[in-house]
Amino acid sequence: MMKEKYLQIEHLSMTFGEGSKQTHVLKDINLQVKQGEFISIIGHSGCGKSTVLNIVAGLLDATGGDVVLDGKEVKGPGRDRSVVFQNHSLLPWLSVYENVALAVNKAFKNTMNAKQRHEWILKSLDMVHMSHALDRLPSQISGGMKQRVGIARALSLEPKVLLLDEPFGALDALTRAHLQDEVMRIQADLNSTVLMITHDVDEAVLLSDRIVMMTNGPEATIGEILDIKLPRPRDRIEMADNTEYNHYRHEVLHFLHEKQRKH
Amino acid sequence: MSNGVLVSQRLKMVGLYSRDHFLPPILVLFILLLLWEWLTSASGSTLPSPTRVLAETWELIVDPFYDHGGNDVGLGWQILASLERVAYGFTLAVIVGVSLGVLVGQSTLAMRGLDPIFQVLRTVPPLAWLPLSLAGFQDSQPSALFVIFITAIWPIIINTSVGVRNISEDYRNVARVLNLNGYEYFTKIMLPAAAPYIFSGLRIGVGLSWLAIVAAEMLIGGVGIGFFIWDAWNSSNISEIVLALIYVGIVGFILDRLVAFVGNRITRGTSAS
Repeated sequence: MMKEKYLQIEHLSMTFGEGSKQTHVLKDINLQVKQGEFISIIGHSGCGKSTVLNIVAGLLDATGGDVVLDGKEVKGPGRDRSVVFQNHSLLPWLSVYENVALAVNKAFKNTMNAKQRHEWILKSLDMVHMSHALDRLPSQISGGMKQRVGIARALSLEPKVLLLDEPFGALDALTRAHLQDEVMRIQADLNSTVLMITHDVDEAVLLSDRIVMMTNGPEATIGEILDIKLPRPRDRIEMADNTEYNHYRHEVLHFLHEKQRKH
Repeated sequence: MSNGVLVSQRLKMVGLYSRDHFLPPILVLFILLLLWEWLTSASGSTLPSPTRVLAETWELIVDPFYDHGGNDVGLGWQILASLERVAYGFTLAVIVGVSLGVLVGQSTLAMRGLDPIFQVLRTVPPLAWLPLSLAGFQDSQPSALFVIFITAIWPIIINTSVGVRNISEDYRNVARVLNLNGYEYFTKIMLPAAAPYIFSGLRIGVGLSWLAIVAAEMLIGGVGIGFFIWDAWNSSNISEIVLALIYVGIVGFILDRLVAFVGNRITRGTSAS
């Protein structure tokens, strides 16, 4: 049974600095996410969308409001919310296998034995098709592969919500499309709850169940929320001629470039 | 037949590599030796020529491990005695230096308190510490170790603290998302991330301690390559000094390469060699 109010963000606000140098980055953000839902947050750069993600991850403390995940208030980082960072953030001195092992051995130290953990690491890497490069160092694999390992590391923790911080932003268009398809497949398989930051309109429409569009900062907040009622699985080639898809795409573009035009 | 072609191709490659990499230094060395021979061959020359050095020190070269008791031991023993002192002093400097470096790198308060003191103390020449340590320890052996320690520790502290301070915010975030505790953060993130910096500090440190030990031994006496040089000077045996200098240079070079090699292995090639 899917929980309706799985992740709740309530009256969230964020202020950096003190006194006259204060900047109010976020103001009164409210969002409710269902279990298994794929949410994209889109907005112009500098609008504070990454700040929202960092607060949910627990890497930043909000100055107002709170985040509740599965009935529990979020305080500090935890393995129920794993992050895929934009620049992959793999540790360069560890091999592909060891990078995932660091997460798995820490998270399942008490619940799995060494053999089970080993198999779980292999399974996580198999899910992103990286089994062929277990012993390679991050410097020896391509950018797209690094991001795959980053996704495997995040998924290996079995998080309640997967946080993606512009995960494909640094990749070339072909690799990006490939990885988007993989993420759609994995999300369908695992029924993960995903919160993704992006500035790519096509990516948001193709992957999401709902797109959260943010207004420009300072005091950025949620401008509109767009429901994407496209049937799954979605195929990027079919979508190109799909009138509904293009309608959604137009809605997002309209919001970003007319209502919230950057001056 | 094809095997023979392959072997001859191999040989040709090896030959080309040797020509490009070994020929230039050998050629330069030969020219320098010729120049040295020519400059010192005149009668009444104050310094010995290379051929005279070779003739006068031949016994020392062929038998580095004789032991006639007291200070009268082969050059191999002299160098090993110096290396032993460096090993003790340097090991101590690594332990204390890396710990202090981590402290200064992690804590802004510790940095503000300690860094100015380090910056002043590190400029004190190694030998200037010797009288003070002799006064304190009342014995030459611990004094020599202390001089090595105090010489090697500054670059280790400074490089370690820079390495720790430069740990990328991304790695810190990974540690936080994975909920690593303090000990796990130290061993799994901080040490490997700072390792390239730490090893460049260790390389400078080991070079400086080798410089310092030779000078310190000249003053404290006993078995050691430094005192060997001083002893040779007192008995006007200039050829022995020349031979000892060549050994000091070669051992210093090997020490430097050894630390670089270990660093490269541990950091998996991310530290410069």
